[in-house]
Amino acid sequence: MNERVPVLSVKDLSVEFRTRSGVVKALENVSFHVNRGEMIGIVGESGSGKSVSALTAMGILDEAGRVTQGSINLGGLDVLNASERYLQEMRGRDVSMIFQSPRTALNPIRTVGKQIGDVLRRHGSATRQTVRAQAIKSLMSVRIPDPERRHDAYPFELSGGMCQRIMIAMALSCQPELLIADEPTTGLDVTTQAAIMDLIKELAKERNMATVLITHDLGMAADYCDRIVVMHAGHVIEQAPTEELFLKPRHPYTAKLMKATPHGEGSLDDIESIAGGLPDLRSEHLPPCRFSARCERHEDMCDMPALIADEVSPGHMVTCRRPL
Amino acid sequence: MNGSTKIRIIAGRLMQALPSVFGIIVVTFLLTRALPGDPAVYFAGPAADEKSIQQVRESLGLDKSLPEQFLIYLGDLVQGDLGVSVSTGFPVAEELWRRLPASLELTLLALIFSISVAIPLGIAAATRPNTWVDQVCRLIVTAGVSLPVFFTGLFMVYIFYYILGVAPSPLGRLDIIYLSPPPVTNFYTIDALIAGDFELFFAALAQLALPAITLGTFTLAPLARMTRGAMLQVLSSDFIRTARASGLRRSTVLYTYAFRNALLPILTTLGMVFSFMLGSNVLVEKVFAWPGIGSFAIEALIVSDYVAVQGFVLAMAILYVLLNLTIDILYTLIDPRVGLDS
Repeated sequence: MNERVPVLSVKDLSVEFRTRSGVVKALENVSFHVNRGEMIGIVGESGSGKSVSALTAMGILDEAGRVTQGSINLGGLDVLNASERYLQEMRGRDVSMIFQSPRTALNPIRTVGKQIGDVLRRHGSATRQTVRAQAIKSLMSVRIPDPERRHDAYPFELSGGMCQRIMIAMALSCQPELLIADEPTTGLDVTTQAAIMDLIKELAKERNMATVLITHDLGMAADYCDRIVVMHAGHVIEQAPTEELFLKPRHPYTAKLMKATPHGEGSLDDIESIAGGLPDLRSEHLPPCRFSARCERHEDMCDMPALIADEVSPGHMVTCRRPL
Repeated sequence: MNGSTKIRIIAGRLMQALPSVFGIIVVTFLLTRALPGDPAVYFAGPAADEKSIQQVRESLGLDKSLPEQFLIYLGDLVQGDLGVSVSTGFPVAEELWRRLPASLELTLLALIFSISVAIPLGIAAATRPNTWVDQVCRLIVTAGVSLPVFFTGLFMVYIFYYILGVAPSPLGRLDIIYLSPPPVTNFYTIDALIAGDFELFFAALAQLALPAITLGTFTLAPLARMTRGAMLQVLSSDFIRTARASGLRRSTVLYTYAFRNALLPILTTLGMVFSFMLGSNVLVEKVFAWPGIGSFAIEALIVSDYVAVQGFVLAMAILYVLLNLTIDILYTLIDPRVGLDS
C-alpha cells in the first residue's frame, strides 16, 4: 500500500454529549490523519478530547455521545455510516486499541490467554485446536517470559507492566493496520513506561503499522512520535512534525505547554504553569478560539467567528489568528 | 490454585459455621423457654388437677433447672435426637424429615421461577436503561417488595381458583383424586416422572404452581434489582470497553464477560433471597395448606410444642449454613481471586 495513503483520516469531526446538565461540545472540527508506518501523538490536558476522538474513530463512543458532523475514514471504510456488525468485525482485526490502567482493562475472572484467544477466535485467526498455540505465540511476540505458564494466569496475578504487555499482545494478535494507544503508560512505574513504549515502537516498525499515541506527556510524544497533534478543549490547535513543533511552536498554547514540561536539565523552578482552566464546554456561547480566555496574546480580532486552521509551512497547521 | 487448597478452604468455612450453629442452639433453647404459656398445663388437658399437671411437667423434664435441661437437650442433639413432638406424638426429627421434601420442592421451584424471570429481566433492563423494559422491571420490583406474601397468595387463590377456576383447589400437594407416586425422592413431580405417570406429574405441578409463584414473586424483586445494578456497573467497566474495542460479539461481551462478573453480587443476593424464602415459606404453606415443615412449625408454635419449634429452627439454621457454604463454594469456582486473601 502507498505510504502516503492515510490509514486513518478524521475530517471536521464534531461530537456532543447530552448530559443532565446540558450539551457538552466535546469535539469541534477536529481533523487529523495517520499514515501507514507512522506514529502520531495526540497531546493535550485532561478533557481536551483526545480519548473521545479515539473512541469515535473506533465506533465505540458512549451512547450519550453524538457525532454532529464530519467523517472518519479507516482504511477505506466510512466509520460513521458503517453498520455495527461491520464495525465489530473491523475492531480488533484492522484497528485495535490499548488503554490506561491495564489491570482493570482486562477481565478479572478470565485467564489472560483465554482473553487473547477470544479475540483470535472472533476474527477467524485461530480454530479451537490452534487457539492455545496462537495465543502463546502472541504472548511471545511481546516478550513475556514463560508464556506457557502466563497463558493460564489471571490479571491479578500479574504486574501492571505485564498486563499492559498482555493488552498489546491481544491488540496486535490479528495484525491490525492501526493501533490506538490511549495513555498506555499511565499508572506504570517509570522504567516500565519506557519498556512498554519501546515495545510499541518496535512492534509498530516491524509490522509497518500506523500508531496513534494519546498522551498528556509532551516529552514522551517527542521521544516516540513522528508527528504531534495538540488538542485543547475539543479543538485541534496545532499539528506538525515533531522536530518542527519543538523548534517553532506557533500556537501560544503549544508554547506554554512546552514551558510547562520538565526537561532533563534545568531546575523545577523553570517550569511554568498555564493560567486558568478549560472553558465550560456546556456553555451556549463558546468563543471561536477556546483558548482565548487563557491567552496573553488575545485581541478583539480573536473573537471573530469562523476560525480555521492555517498551513504555515508544509504539514504544519495552526489554528490561531495571532500565531507566534 | 489447585484442588487441595480449595478443599481446605471449604473445610475451613465449614468449621467457621460451627460456632454459629451452637449459638443458634442456645438462642432457640432460651427463646422457646421464654414463650408465653405453660406446655405442661396445655398437655395435661383442661380437666387436669394440680397433681397431674405436675406429673406431665416431670415427664417432659420441665421440673429440672434450665442448665440441666440444656445439657440433656445437647446430649440428645449429639445423638441426632430432636425430642418427641408433644402434639403429634412422633419424634420431631422424623416429622421434619417426612415433611422436608414438600417444603424443598416448593422452595426450589419458587427459586427456579424467581431466577428465570428476574435474571433475564435484570439483564434486559440493564442493557436498555430508561426504556419500557426498564420501566417494567422497576414496576415488578416495586410490586414484588411491597406486596406481602400472604396477600399475594390469597389474591392468587382468589383470581385463579375462585374466579377463573384454572387452578386446582389450594389444599396440599395433590388433589384428593390422585394417589401419591411411589416414593423415591419424595418430590412428587420427580417421583411421578420416574414412575412415568405424566398425568400425575402435571397434577402435582398444577398444585405447586400458585404457591411457587407466590413465593417466587416476593424474591424476584431483590434479585432483579441486583441483576440490573450489577450488570450496569460491570457494563461500564474498563474491561468491557476493551472487549468491545476488540470487536467481540455482543453476546460474548454480555454473557461471557459482563454477566459472569455480575454473577458475584447476584450470587450473594441469591443466598439472602433463599433465606427470605425459608422464612416466607411458613406463611405460604399455611395459605396453601402445604404439608411442609413451615406449616408444621406454625401448628407447633400455636400449641406451645416447644420441642417441635426448637427442632424446626435448628433445621432451618443448618439449612441456612449449608446454603451459605454452597454459595462460598460457587464463589471460589467463579472468581479466581476468592480464597487467596483469607
